[in-house]
Amino acid sequence: MLAKYPVNLFIQNPVSKELPSKKEYVGKLGYSYRRKIHERFIESILFLSALLSVVIMLAIIMMLVKESVVFFKHVSIWEFLTDTQWTPLFDDAHYGILPLVAGTVVSSAVALLVALPLGTIIAIYLSEFAPFAVREIAKPFLELLGGIPTVVYGYFALLFVTPLLQLIFPELPGFSLLSAGLVMGIMIIPYVSSMTEDAMRAVPMQLREGSYAMGATRFQTALRVVTPAAFSGIAAAYILGISRAVGETMVVAIAAGMQPNLTWNPMEPAATITAYIVQVSLGDLPHGSVGYQTIFAAGLTLLLITLIFNIIGHQLRKRYREIY
Amino acid sequence: MQESAVINRYKSEVKNLSFYYGTFNALKNIDMVLHDKKITALIGPSGCGKSTFLRCYNRMHDLYPGNRYEGDIVLYPDNVNILSPKVDPIEVRMRISMVFQKPNPFPKSIYENVAYGLRVRGIKQRAILDEKIEDALRNAALWNEVKDRLNHLAFNLSGGQQQRLCIARALATNPEILLFDEPTSALDPIATASIEELIADLKDKVTILIVTHNMQQAARVSDYTAYMYLGELIEFGETDDIFIKPKNKQTEDYITGRFG
Repeated sequence: MLAKYPVNLFIQNPVSKELPSKKEYVGKLGYSYRRKIHERFIESILFLSALLSVVIMLAIIMMLVKESVVFFKHVSIWEFLTDTQWTPLFDDAHYGILPLVAGTVVSSAVALLVALPLGTIIAIYLSEFAPFAVREIAKPFLELLGGIPTVVYGYFALLFVTPLLQLIFPELPGFSLLSAGLVMGIMIIPYVSSMTEDAMRAVPMQLREGSYAMGATRFQTALRVVTPAAFSGIAAAYILGISRAVGETMVVAIAAGMQPNLTWNPMEPAATITAYIVQVSLGDLPHGSVGYQTIFAAGLTLLLITLIFNIIGHQLRKRYREIY
Repeated sequence: MQESAVINRYKSEVKNLSFYYGTFNALKNIDMVLHDKKITALIGPSGCGKSTFLRCYNRMHDLYPGNRYEGDIVLYPDNVNILSPKVDPIEVRMRISMVFQKPNPFPKSIYENVAYGLRVRGIKQRAILDEKIEDALRNAALWNEVKDRLNHLAFNLSGGQQQRLCIARALATNPEILLFDEPTSALDPIATASIEELIADLKDKVTILIVTHNMQQAARVSDYTAYMYLGELIEFGETDDIFIKPKNKQTEDYITGRFG
């Protein structure tokens, strides 16, 4: 094993050769202003970079809350949460967020039903079964799948997947949560599989060897030892997948239709929170009107949903942190 | 007549074994025997091939590409070469268990750790599992310490306890040979003493092959000792003979600390 490294690695190190002789540094212990300032400078740059992301996050939350407060002066929170219609642009305006939440939940559920099982299976294959060459080829391709612009996925759903689904379900409308959700699922697979695979590969080999030494097969080892050991990383991958599905905009805006529709049936068209925000942002509603203000309330709702998932993910990670 | 005598005394016979990591020849023409229900120690300086040899016994090298065995390890009473490509490594590992250098409990409860090998073999009945797990933990001298917290995570145990848990895990399936790969090198002296005691006690139940860096340990626990150097078996014999009157100059130098 040692033969892999140059034998005289340490002797060749130029630093050790050029160490000052004893005479030069004896009696020179003292305070180095230059080093102190240098360290401080680097520290402040790192601190500012970290600060920037926090500041941006706070700015977004402040904007959403500020504008939502204006909205909630016109519409009560009770109505917002319980009304079953979302028609802010009609004369008979209703401001119930439920139809949009339902659209988001249904399309995300379809997407996750595709992405989580498939992503996990792919990860198990790549991490535990695939020969080196297969993994080296398959992984970049898979990650490329995550690099395709979402608008392309949107048209893929509308113009390819929907007609295909209509062959199986002739009554399926041209816009549907099912089609959008399926394609969204395909889009999320690489995120889930890539992170899950990383988590599984981080499990030390000695744990796998322990399992093989007990007479376990590869599949038993993958399922009973590697997966539980990688649980926190896998949970993080799942949470990221859920956040992606809930926040995804383009695919649902293009393929799911933009009609707010309180339904739990994926075969129907419906709008999601994100699709609605796009619709209004690009529309010609005057700024400051209640109709325009709705997108901030919707945005805040979306933020809260993803925040909840992030908190759950954080808790899971803390509870099942890697302990090997 | 002679054949049956051999079968009674030997658990396994190594015949002209060579092993290659890719093109690197890590073991060279090793001939050796494992005496049934005895402890055999493998000693030698780092990189001499002790662990490589041990890991041939449960076909651990099959897990990595580019490894190659030559020669035979014959397991008795079957009289079968376990290195043969016709032998399924999983079948071999079902009968030859291993305890590793660093304790490697699974991320499961104490109970499930010991149950692992049984579950892998398809045993599901709670009564059988309960019984075998208690037996294994008793044999590993761990039962009294953990009997009230079998459902706790194994990582909460101390290093020495974790290693005894790994021994219990290996014992639960009643292996014929138990391989130890420097089982105490990650442990403190007190935990080491308890593991050594345990290994000595296990001799009645199972044939043991142990790799150790610690010559005192080999002298204390083993019945037979093999000294290896640069992939070759330099000397093999009864431990007392090897330590008191080694035949080979190299062995003597290593044992007396002039080299290694």
